[in-house]
Amino acid sequence: MTTPAAAPTAPTAGSSASSAPVQRRRRLTELLLLVVAWTIGIGANILVDPEQASSEPAHVYRSAAVLIGGSLLLHLVLWFRARYADPYILPIVVTLNGLGIAMIHRIDLLMDSSAGTNQVLWTAIGITAAALVLLFLRDHRRLRQFTYISLVVSALLLVLPLLPGLGTEINGARIWISIGARTFQPGEIAKITLAIFFAGYLSTNRDVILLAGPKVGPVRLPRFRDLAPMFAAWLVSIGVLVFQRDLGTAILFFGLFVAMIYLATGRLSWIVLGLLFVAAGGVVASQTFGHVAARLDAWWHAFDPAIYDAPVGGSRQIVQGIFGMASGGLFGQGLGQGRPDLVSYSNSDMIITAFGEELGLIGLSAILLMFFLLISRGFRAALGTPDGFGKLLAGGLASIMVIQLFVVIGGVTRVIPLTGLTTPFMSAGGSSLLSNWIVAALLLAISHSARRPVVTGPASAEDIAEFEAHEREEQERAELHETERAERAERRRQRQQAAEARKATAESKSSEAQS
Amino acid sequence: MSELTVTLLRYGFLALLWVFIVAIVMSQGRDLAVDRRRRNKGGGSGAAAPQAPQQAAAAPQPPRQLPQSLVVLQGPTSGRTYQLGAAPVLMGRSPESTVPLEDDYASGRHARLFPQGSRWFLEDLGSTNGTYVNEQRLTRAVALEVGQPFRVGKSVMELRS
Repeated sequence: MTTPAAAPTAPTAGSSASSAPVQRRRRLTELLLLVVAWTIGIGANILVDPEQASSEPAHVYRSAAVLIGGSLLLHLVLWFRARYADPYILPIVVTLNGLGIAMIHRIDLLMDSSAGTNQVLWTAIGITAAALVLLFLRDHRRLRQFTYISLVVSALLLVLPLLPGLGTEINGARIWISIGARTFQPGEIAKITLAIFFAGYLSTNRDVILLAGPKVGPVRLPRFRDLAPMFAAWLVSIGVLVFQRDLGTAILFFGLFVAMIYLATGRLSWIVLGLLFVAAGGVVASQTFGHVAARLDAWWHAFDPAIYDAPVGGSRQIVQGIFGMASGGLFGQGLGQGRPDLVSYSNSDMIITAFGEELGLIGLSAILLMFFLLISRGFRAALGTPDGFGKLLAGGLASIMVIQLFVVIGGVTRVIPLTGLTTPFMSAGGSSLLSNWIVAALLLAISHSARRPVVTGPASAEDIAEFEAHEREEQERAELHETERAERAERRRQRQQAAEARKATAESKSSEAQS
Repeated sequence: MSELTVTLLRYGFLALLWVFIVAIVMSQGRDLAVDRRRRNKGGGSGAAAPQAPQQAAAAPQPPRQLPQSLVVLQGPTSGRTYQLGAAPVLMGRSPESTVPLEDDYASGRHARLFPQGSRWFLEDLGSTNGTYVNEQRLTRAVALEVGQPFRVGKSVMELRS
């Protein structure tokens, strides 16, 4: 169902039914902020090693080309397709991505690896995917038609790594698939499709979930059948992740589930229930899975020498990360001056500590604030968009980012046990970068419908014409559908008749043979 | 590079990060103030539309009791009355809706009425043709007064106490 494109007219003054302030397009604001974003992103790439950048500038040129070219492409797409899209999302994302590339490149220089080149390549792929999403998804409400398809797709994506031959196990977690020489985490895409499913399902059923069902004390429990598809989704994600042994992603999916139910119903009891579930699940997991127990030990007794020196599952990584941040202090060692390579996985899971070491508390809090602003823009889009599905989708996508950041940054700062998750837009990892760019594109699309002015007052002749054209189109589609169905029925009848005729001849033949 | 340039660049970079953040915060200030204008007007929560000033003046205090019924005044299902409880009501063509509309101009899930305190609020659910109160298309949920007609597709309805 598409809305007739709203002509951008200002609402009548004094109308209280629709006096939401008209938002300006602010595409120029976006362009100006993008210039600052490029300066930060490319400047960081040069600053990590100025000498190397002047003698071998290939990496700097490559990342500059991808960041500037890619964001200009998206900027143009927004000009033509989503003119009222939020002007802050794109610059923030470009900045974070540029900083991430710089840090990964910087660690490459120390470790002699090539993750930086890969990251630049995946940035280009991610930006292209985002542009395609914005080009082809004219109205985000169309995604609602894919509610149940998304559930199936999520389940398939989550099962893929378990298939023998296709799935690959890295560091004990079986969440990768390998195609050729490359690996990919399908779970990263599944978080988007799951958000689409939850949004579509909950926007249709939230009243039923809220109101039907037995009341236990002050809490009204929803009927089981209203929640069955939700629990199916939940079981699929949790079940597969138990088999894949990836705690971080399991927490992410469960968090998304709880957050979206809360967003849809506004009942605090869901959060309480969710936390109880997590606590119970945590206790069970720590009793049954060795690696979970090791994680808990490494968190709780991180500075215990026995655990610090443990060959497998020790706390060395966390403690080194904390030492790194401590040596960063307030202003940091300066880009290119620290030793982030001392921490294992410093370019993916632990990239936040690398930034803490080189940019200090001031730089790290700037990065955190950028994430905060990005997430607040996501929720702003959710508040502004008129349809329930868009609200839930934008809220859910923003929640994914919140949960992911909490799990990974809480993990490296020893607030909660460390579980491997990527820092959005920063960590080395193609699938994560791709899916986060798609999330950014979806948020941009929803923010466009949130900020776009709507026609108010009586419909104009133009609107009516447009609406009638739409109706005619629908009618034609329905007629086409009808004729197709009639043809199918006709064919079926013919087939049946043929089968009956065949049966009749066969019977007559057999009776002849008997006689 | 001299020691001085390195130090300057190091602090300059941190400063630039914060300049970026401050720039965003400053320029989004107006955008985040969702509805300051309306709030200052005080109590003008949708019911006091320009076309119905008398109604608004006659009923400055919202009635204590939630309106009890919904009447369809015009449209294909005209004349029908629905008893309202305290549960939200879904209006639309889809069979699952509480108030089904056999109206070609209504969307499957068109609009939603929900109680809040002693009033019913009307909210458009992203319908194709919109929901209108006083010829104004809804962009957000508004409170409905008793006897105030609203239009969903081609059907006109109102609340009765």
